[in-house]
Formats: sequence, C-alpha cells, structure tokens
Amino acid sequence: MSTRLAAGGRLLNKDRAYNFTFNGKRLTGYQGDTLASALLANDQMLIGRSFKYHRPRGVVASGAEEPNGIVGMGEGAKFEPNQRVTTTELFDGLTCASQNHWPSLEFDVGAINTKLSRFLPAGFYYKTFISPRPFWKHVYEPIIRKSAGLGKAPKERDQDKYEHFYAFSDVVVIGGGVAGLQAAYAAGKTGAKVLLMEQTAHWGGRAPVDSAAVNEGKENINGKPVDKFVDEIVAELEKMDNVTMRTRMMGAGVYDHGYVLGYERVNDHQPDAAGPRHRLWRVRAGHIITATGAIERPLSFAGNDIPGVLLASAVRDYAINYGVSVGDRTVVVTNNDDAYRTAITLKTLGLSVPVVIDARVLPEDSALMAEAKAQGIRVMMGHAIASVKGGKRVTGVEICSQAGEGAVLETIDCDAVAMSGGWSPVVHLWSHCGGKLVWNTDFAMFQPDVDKPPLGADGNGFVTPAGAANGALDLGGILADADAAGKAAATATGHKVGKGKAPTAESVEEAPMAPVWLMPQGAGIKKRMKAWLDYQNDVKVSDVQLAAREGFESVEHAKRYTTLGMATDQGKLSNINGLAILSDALNQPIPQTGTTTFRPPYTPISLAAIAGEARDERFQPIRKTPIYGWHEENGAFFEPVGQWRRPYCYQKPGESVHDAVKREINQTRERLGLLDASTLGKIIVKGPDAGKFLDMLYTNMMSTLKPGKCRYGLMCNENGFLSDDGVVARIDEDTFLCHTTTGGAETIHGHMEEWLQTEWWDWKVYTANVTEQYAQIAVVGPQARKTLEKLTDADLSSEALPFMAWADITLGDGIPARAYRISFSGELSYEIAVPASRGRELWDLLLAVGAEDGITPYGTEGLHVMRAEKGFIMIGDETDGTVIPQDLNMQWAISKKKEDYLGKRAQERSHMADPKRWKLVGLQTVDGSVLPDGAYCVAEGTNENGQRNVQGRVTSTYYSPTLDKGIAMGLVLHGPDRMGEVIDFPKVDGTIVKAKIVDPIFYDKDGEKQNV
Amino acid sequence: MLILTCPCCGVTGEETEFHAGGEAHIKRFGPGSDDEQFHSYMFAKENAKGVHFERWRHNNGCGKWFHAARCTTTLEVFGTYSAQTYEPPKEIKDKISARRPGWSWREFA
Repeated sequence: MSTRLAAGGRLLNKDRAYNFTFNGKRLTGYQGDTLASALLANDQMLIGRSFKYHRPRGVVASGAEEPNGIVGMGEGAKFEPNQRVTTTELFDGLTCASQNHWPSLEFDVGAINTKLSRFLPAGFYYKTFISPRPFWKHVYEPIIRKSAGLGKAPKERDQDKYEHFYAFSDVVVIGGGVAGLQAAYAAGKTGAKVLLMEQTAHWGGRAPVDSAAVNEGKENINGKPVDKFVDEIVAELEKMDNVTMRTRMMGAGVYDHGYVLGYERVNDHQPDAAGPRHRLWRVRAGHIITATGAIERPLSFAGNDIPGVLLASAVRDYAINYGVSVGDRTVVVTNNDDAYRTAITLKTLGLSVPVVIDARVLPEDSALMAEAKAQGIRVMMGHAIASVKGGKRVTGVEICSQAGEGAVLETIDCDAVAMSGGWSPVVHLWSHCGGKLVWNTDFAMFQPDVDKPPLGADGNGFVTPAGAANGALDLGGILADADAAGKAAATATGHKVGKGKAPTAESVEEAPMAPVWLMPQGAGIKKRMKAWLDYQNDVKVSDVQLAAREGFESVEHAKRYTTLGMATDQGKLSNINGLAILSDALNQPIPQTGTTTFRPPYTPISLAAIAGEARDERFQPIRKTPIYGWHEENGAFFEPVGQWRRPYCYQKPGESVHDAVKREINQTRERLGLLDASTLGKIIVKGPDAGKFLDMLYTNMMSTLKPGKCRYGLMCNENGFLSDDGVVARIDEDTFLCHTTTGGAETIHGHMEEWLQTEWWDWKVYTANVTEQYAQIAVVGPQARKTLEKLTDADLSSEALPFMAWADITLGDGIPARAYRISFSGELSYEIAVPASRGRELWDLLLAVGAEDGITPYGTEGLHVMRAEKGFIMIGDETDGTVIPQDLNMQWAISKKKEDYLGKRAQERSHMADPKRWKLVGLQTVDGSVLPDGAYCVAEGTNENGQRNVQGRVTSTYYSPTLDKGIAMGLVLHGPDRMGEVIDFPKVDGTIVKAKIVDPIFYDKDGEKQNV
Repeated sequence: MLILTCPCCGVTGEETEFHAGGEAHIKRFGPGSDDEQFHSYMFAKENAKGVHFERWRHNNGCGKWFHAARCTTTLEVFGTYSAQTYEPPKEIKDKISARRPGWSWREFA
C-alpha cells in the first residue's frame, strides 16, 4: 500500500495538518502536500477512470505532465473540472471527486469497454458510425455525445476574481529550477530587468531531489548540498531590485516578437484569501530564457497503466519531497542510470526494492548501478517486464528477456513499479513561436536546435533554452549552460556582462541510456494491446501501429486518428514514445517522422483568467446618449445597437412591448412623436476638395448640393456593394456634414480616412467624427412645426425651411440648434442637433411644450416600422454585403454624370448587371399575417442537392399599426415586373404563407405628409 | 503578437493597437479599366512567402495609415514608412537587401 513515511518530506510542514475529502471520504494531509501526495499518503491509489475504456487510473507522475490524476475540485460556484492532483496544492477543507465513472469509481459499468477493446481500435468511431448515413444524426451522435466529454461543466456562476497584469522586462526566465535560478542570476548581475517565474510553489526544481537520492554528498554545487545552493541563490536574487520573482506562475505561452503569457495561480492554494484567484501576466520580453527542465518518459510494456506503475522520478519525488512511499515493494524498470536513484532512495528509506530490471546490457557496472548493488539491490540486465499483474492495483510483475518475445522467466510480487524510459527536454515554450528541434541520438530525445530559434522583429533569435530544457542533463552541464544563457540574454538586451563564472558542480557520472520503445522488443499483439502510450485517451502501441498500416503516415494524421496526445495533458508523456512506435512501423528514423506542433498554453489555463476583468459591466464599453437617463427612468425597453443601448420602445405600466410600439406609431402618425436620434453618425468633411471627395464616396453627386440643403446619399465599397446610407448637409462652400447609420459611424469615418490617406493623399480634405459632440432629436408628426415654434422665433414655415433644407436656429433658453428638415418616418419632421451638453435640456423642453399635443417618445421599433411603411431601406436589413443599389431600384441615387465613384467599376461587371439579380419589392400577405423574417420564396423544382429552388427572400417584415396588417419588403427574381403575382413562403412548420408582390411604399406614396 | 512602430506618431506598440490593411502599393483601377485589370486590382493580392509590403493603420493611436516591410516567414520587420508613396523608400529597400541578399522590389523573393 502507499503510505506516509515516518521520516522525510522536505516540502512538508508536519505541524500543520489539513483535512480534505475525496469522493466524500474524509482524509488528512499536511501543509506542503500536493493533492497527489496527500491522496497517496492515504493509500488512495485509484483516482479516476480513463476516457475510452474506463480503465482504473492512478497517479503516474508528480508534476504538470500528469495524465491520470484529474479530479473535479470544489463545490457550487467554486467547482472546477479536470484539475490535476499533482499540481494542486493541498489546503484545509479541500473537496474533490473523481471523474468519468458510473455508478462509482470502484465499480464502473463503462469498464465493459476494456473487454471490448479488441473491437474498439484506432479510428473505431470513423469506421463504425459512417453508415447508414442518417443514423449518425439520429442514433449514433446522441449516444456518443452522452458518453463524451471529460469532467462536467460547473453549473453556477464563477464567484472568483481574475485579472490581467501587463509587464515589461529585458529578460524573462521561465522555470525556477537550478538552471532558471542561475540564468536569472547571471542576467540580473548585469543590471538587466529580469522576471523569473516558476510554476510550482518552490524554487530549485528537481535537482535537490535527484542529488539527495545519492548518498554522501556525491552531487553538490560549489561543494555545498544543492538545497543550500538553491536557498543562497534565491536569497541573492531577492536582494536584486532589478529582479522580479514569482512562484506559482507558469510560462503559458511564447508568442511573436517576445510576447509571453504568464499564468499566476495567486490564490488556488488559499481559496478564502483576498485578491484575485488567477492573474494573467501579459509580458513583453526583450529576451526569453526557457529553463523548463525535462520530463521522464514511461516505458511501453503490457500493463504499464495499472495503478501503482509510476515514473521513477515521481516515486522518488513522493518519497523525498512528501515522505510518501508509493508501495512497500517497488520494482524499478529502466533503460538508463537515473532510475537507480529511485532504487537507492527507497532502499535508504528502508523500503524493499526486490529488483531493478534494466533493459540495457552494459559492459561494466556504472557508478549508480554499483551503489545500488552495494546496498543489496538485485539488478537484472538485459531484462524487461513481460507484463504487470493486477487490476486496480499492481500485485506483481512477470519478467522476461528484453531481446525476446516475452517468455516469462520469473514472477516477482510487488505493489509498485517505478519506470524510466529516459528524459525528454521540455521544448514546448521554445517551439511555440517556431523554434526548431534536433534529435539527440545519445539520449534519444528532441532538443532545441539553437541555430534555429524563434526570430524577433529585428530578425534575431529572442529565445535561449537553458539547462535540461536545452538537453544538458548533468548538474555541471546544466549550470554552465544556464549561466551562458543568462549572459547571452543580457547581452542581447544591451547589457554588459561582468566576470562572474558559473558555479561548479560534482555529479555522478552516468552510463549511456539505450533507446527502448517497446518491452520486450518482440512483444506480440496481446502485449502490444496492453502497452499504453496515452493513459488518458487509452491509446496503445497497437493503435499507433494500426494507424500506420492504414496509411496515416503523417504524425499529425496519426495523432488525430488515434487521439494520441489529444487529452488534457497534450501528450507530455506519450508523444515521444508514440513517435518512436510510428517511426518503427514506417521503418524510418524518428527525426524524419518529426513531432506534432507544440501549441500554447503549456498546461490548461482557466478561461476566467483569459477573460480577466472583461466581464459584467466591464465586458465592453456601453455608449449612452445624453438623453439616456430619461430613457432609463421612463420604462425604456433597451436593445443593443453596436455598443449603444437604444430604447426599443417605452412601456407603460401593464403594457406589452407590442402594444407600446403600436401606441407610439399611431401617436406619431396622428399627432406628435419624439425620437432620440443622437446615435446617428455625424462626420464633418471639410476642405477645398471636400465636394470632389464626397463625389467619390457617394454614388450620387454631392458637389452640386447647395449650402443650406440636404441630400440623401448611398455609399458603396470598392467591390460595388452598398455599405451605408444617410443624409448629407452642406454647411458652407467648404464644409459638409455626413450622417451615417448608427452602427456605421466609426467604420465610415475609417473608410474615409483610408481613401484620403492612402489613395488621394494630395486632396485637401479633413474629416472629423463628431457623432458624440451632438445630441440629435427628431420631432415628428403633424404637430411638429407648431410645437417647435413655441421654442423659437425662427421662421419654420415650408417656404423658409422647406423639406430637405436645414437652418441654424435658437431654441428655448438660448440653445444653439441646427434643424434639418429630413424625415425617416414619412411625417413632417425636424431633426434637431444641439451640443451634447444641452441634449437633455431640449428633450425635457420638448416634452413640456408638446404635452398638449400628446407628444410621445418612440423607440427604434417604431422607427423601423414607420420607415418600412414608407418603403425606406435599412442598411443591414435590405443589405447584407451582397446587395447593390441597383437591386434596390435606387438607380435614381446613382449619378450618371460622374466618371468615377467607389464601386462604379465593380458595378459594371456582368454579374452586377445580370437581369436575374433579385430586386426589391413590397410583399403583402393574402391573409394579412406577418411574414416570418428571413423567409425564402420557393420556386418550382429542386436544385442538385435536392433542395427546393428559391426565387426570393424577405428582408424586412413587420406588423403595421397604420395599415393594421403585415407588411414586408423582399428581394425577388424579376420582382418589379411581377406586381400583383402571389408567391409562396414556406414557414419552419411546413405550412405556406402566400404573399402578393406589391409596391414597397405602403403609406403616402406621393410624400404629401412629409412635404408640408 | 507583432510589435510595430508607427512612422507618423513614433509610437512602438502592440499589434492590437494597429489594424492590418492588406497589401501595399496597389494601383487602383476604376472605370475604363478592363476586367483583367480590375480583377487583378480588386482580388489578386500577393501572398508572399518572405518579403512583403503591407498597409497598417494605427487605429487605436494616431489613426494614421502607414506601410510596413516585413518577412512573412520569420516575422522580421525591416521597417515602417509613410503610406503616401508609390514604392518603398530607398533605405527600406537597402535594409531588405542587406538582410535578404539578391532580393529586388516587386519580385517578392
């Protein structure tokens, strides 16, 4: 069984016990434990179930690479799925539960899949569920969906705080092991600004553990124990003002031009503390050092996934760091010297190591092997594990020759297996931004190709790998490499390097490792089907071989076909072993197979950290007009229009939205309405060439407009499609005011600037977006003139201020105003622009003086309905980026005299002039009902996909209170030539609405109401 | 995330401060041009592997358009310059030639 030892535990504070629960079971650990070490200390070896076969899973690693030990953490609003137990620090009151099992962790129905695994090989889903075709949607997918997904999404809203933090640094060092510390020290000494981050809560990485594993101080730095060196260098770094140090902060990703994302888990280990839970650091680095260490590889042998089989390094981490023994009798299996450290550690702690199974055949004993033997440990060279015995827990191993096919020579009882297949440098952060890799034959690993680093804006490399992450695996080599990296980074950022030297280190010399990708070498299919590569996704050696046989030769294809490396651990343990198996199956060297792409983040980061403060009221800015406060106080039912909030209608108590809209429209048409039109885009275009410029922007002629007059205009993009519309007012000879749609102000201003700056830069024109400088209020209805006259002495008669003219007037208590006689409703209408600061004042005044005429504020829905009754188009309804003015029968707004305007050449293309383009018409249902928005009009026959042919679609559709029936506009094939014809619009429920093609102007066709 | 320097206001900023606007130095073809010319102007953009000239706007800054000479494979930025020009200035071309010997304007080496 796994248990807490009486001695050991360098990271523990045994004076502080913590209570926690796993699946409701009450357990105890210590301050300093990870959740993994605390679970193991309580003999909780079984932690979860694998994804596909629901096989029992226990912890296999001790760090970020862990694929198995994932749990749901917390409850309610604090619940979070898929948390790795190896990187979760224990705290008092922690609750967690296992995932992916039903009905219970110990007895799982889905485990039947493992019995069926012969029938669930790689690509099983693709092969099995392909036919019959309709079954996918109705039978297979619903069932598969039910069993898919790992962990459960939280149901409640996240109550924690998250934040972003911006930082700038000359040198960013990722990784706080001895390499990272030394690199940061070397760079810091030059005066460079350094940011050092370490993903765990502790400095020093694994060097203190590895050196402690060998007796009598044989491994040291500057003659001191590694622990002491770490303490001293950390103290030195803390003294440097130019060095910032952060633990619990992972380098999540490296991006173009030295951008680094750091993921700081500020309060995960103390969930009740003040402050944010996670902090996302957005760092600009002059130079980046990746001192990210190395990860041990598993060995591929039958039963290597049974709980109790762990990485050798993890077994000694648990023993030395946390005082936890994974088992009483641990068999060590290896292809290298390093695993002997685990054997020696366990033996020293008084635990039993019945045998070290070493796949190599060495001519003579290496130093570590000799030390193990001296301690009385049996070593079997040239041997392998034939298979591991046990179900939910290891009970023994069967031993065979590595060279053979697995004939069992001996069976040894044990309750744990410590395996080591060699080490792989963590090259993820080096590779994120394009750093290349080379294959190191001696250590059978990919390491950074330092001649091909990611390049920065200046064309020079901006990442330097250091230590084990750069392929240096011995203590002395690590320190020398890290020191050089620190100095190189400082030099690259313009700092002068002094004389300081790298510390010297003594370490035990190791014999060469031997690449072993399958154990035993000639393992048959039964063994290969039990030799796991990816523990979380259940990918075995046999699956990768099958993928290769079926032609998935590219590593990226094989990955997706088998799902190797696609689990939440992203193949940190499995990828190299998988590549080796694939290469062997393809009979090509490993470098030729290559790796899959390393993508950020290094380990999953919380979505909330990415969102940071961007939630609730800070999700995006909300734009409010000067009259917004009145809307809020008077029952406005708001709708978002871009970043604006506009009243859709104003509901009176007890009134439905529909009734409110109806009331507002009727009142406006009969008497007097009031609209807050402040969101309308307003752009001033000024200069001697302003007229010439607007002639290019609009399809109509604007340069001939007289000062004091307004003209409606259409704007197209260079591809000919209608992009915006609005009324242009000529203020004086040099100055125009262009009104744009509410959503279009910024875009159209940008569009103008683009052409002015990049094409016609010698034209003398200046533009300014003054949308927010003015409040604009439309006074609409038969009583509009009478009401305004109460506020001004100015002559507002149709002679003095006719339709499509404007005048500067003064209203009320000296409010300077510009009155435009323009109408989007078809009624007598004045749009009054005043300085934004006086908008509310004017609104209140108008309400007061208009009261006797029943003045009624109306919202955007009233505006939409009234414009539709008049057959006015709306950008975004009648247009969708594929519509040209000619489709809307607006040839009248296209100047024939102009040689050029944006979109003119595009509109000359044959497709644009095709008479078969759908054209705008009005649509009136035979039964008076409202057509469904976006409905298509069907034609005879079907297309090549068997779908009904279509001949038109609805673009706007409303209930018209004025006409008391449904009205609509739509684009229809040959529409204007088919007046009076009745066409069919099927609804979603299969019934058909019949509508007659009519003139799009439903109300006051001659414009007598607006032109009075 | 790229870093660019706006030649108009001099600010060196993050990519999020800017807006990419496609290929630079494109000649406009309007009415009177044939279909081939218009098609080439409107749609046939260079998709260079290597040296490329792009339009950018400092839209969350001074609002000005400028041009950037950049390598699309290594992301090296050779320089930024005014948008009010018909071809890259000599110092930009020299800089590119120094970094990419044998390169020449419009050959998109």
